[in-house]
Amino acid sequence: MDSVLTNKNPIIYPKRTRRYRTDQSSTDEFSSTNRIRDIKDPEHPELSLEDLNVLTEESVEVDDHKSYVRITFTPTLPHCHLPTHIGLCILVKLVQSLPARFKVDVRVAPGSHDKETTVNKQLGDKERVTAALENPELVALLNKMMQVC
Amino acid sequence: MKVMDKNLGLEEVQKLEGHTDRVWNVAWNPAADGVIASCSADKTVRIWEQSSLTRSWTCKAVLEGAHTRSSVSVLRGHESEVKSVSWNASGSLLATCGRDKSVWIWEIQPEEDDEFDTIAVLTGHSEDVKMVLWHPTMDVLFSCSYDNTIKIWCSEDEDGDYNCVQTLSELNNGHSSTVWSISFNAAGDKMVTCSDDLAVKIWKTDISRMQSGEGYVPWTHVCTLSGFHDRTIYSVHWSRDGVIASGAGDDTIQLFVDSDSDSVDGPSYKLLVKKEKAHEMDVNSVQWAPDKESRLLASASDDKMVKIWKLASEP
Repeated sequence: MDSVLTNKNPIIYPKRTRRYRTDQSSTDEFSSTNRIRDIKDPEHPELSLEDLNVLTEESVEVDDHKSYVRITFTPTLPHCHLPTHIGLCILVKLVQSLPARFKVDVRVAPGSHDKETTVNKQLGDKERVTAALENPELVALLNKMMQVC
Repeated sequence: MKVMDKNLGLEEVQKLEGHTDRVWNVAWNPAADGVIASCSADKTVRIWEQSSLTRSWTCKAVLEGAHTRSSVSVLRGHESEVKSVSWNASGSLLATCGRDKSVWIWEIQPEEDDEFDTIAVLTGHSEDVKMVLWHPTMDVLFSCSYDNTIKIWCSEDEDGDYNCVQTLSELNNGHSSTVWSISFNAAGDKMVTCSDDLAVKIWKTDISRMQSGEGYVPWTHVCTLSGFHDRTIYSVHWSRDGVIASGAGDDTIQLFVDSDSDSVDGPSYKLLVKKEKAHEMDVNSVQWAPDKESRLLASASDDKMVKIWKLASEP
């Protein structure tokens, strides 16, 4: 990976207290967030997407009845070169954890990044996503981001 | 043959199970009745045949590990995966396209033991080319892409060089996002395209002028069908008797026909059937059987299934 970090001093947000729930059966904003909040930032593996406010509970929209999840994430910097990795990781994590009936849309928060349209389009094309996931280096990075410490 | 309106529905004839991963595409054998090939992310191609006795389909062959079989020809050239292939009407030319943004045309050399020669490498699309398709009667090639356009290629000069003669983009009523698929009607004077922009578009040309050797006649937009699918439309196919089928990420298969009403604005199309939950997941491909009578439709999905449907009057 690059030796020069784009965002050397990211703002770290205070952790919100996590609510723990015993009911694992249905999908809603909370459980969807839980699945992805701990994904590690590709540049700062000791920090999660939640720590950096890339993802918050508001990032998640779920309609269980329509089997639909939409995640809107905010890259830490508008010109950061890694939103595709973050978006892909979120997508992969959700597709792995959710039942097959779910449609998952992952997008960059409107106005938060220079390459918003390009990234959103890439994340929305399943052939492209499949092709990207055939790259072993990228898969290794994504796995590292999803590692739970 | 006009499609009659009374209570038509898409009836599921059979579910073909066997693939272990998403099925990307299906194709009917143009010569043998009731034979279908399907290809999947499980890296196999399956051939399904309909028994003349029981009328049901079974899997007759699973083709895997293509490189270990003795192949007749291997065509190398593309820099990344090849997404689509198309034979021209006479079977002398093969077009291919892929993620490397290029379209290749290969010519079969029968006097050289059926070797394939590259006769053109067409670069013009700025992004992945999703599909290529030859016109059903003329050697005019169509390609559609992630760059939101449809490009039309033909060879107008004596050199036999192929050039892009027209680009259908947002500027001429084209799509505003990735165009996934193209299909022609039986006469070859109309074309249907579908896109990530959630629309199906119909185009037309003056085929008799083109066939008379006048030179290239441009295609123009006829109408746009939107508001029917709410996720990316991956595939469209026009049947020989005029029914357009579409398959999309909303798990539905929808059928459209010429509405036959004479309006000032020209011909328009309407929804004939909407099949909700045709599959459990995205519908990647829809293909009508090539004969005129059966009205069978095959579909392929991310749910690993191939399904056979029949367009028939509902009881």
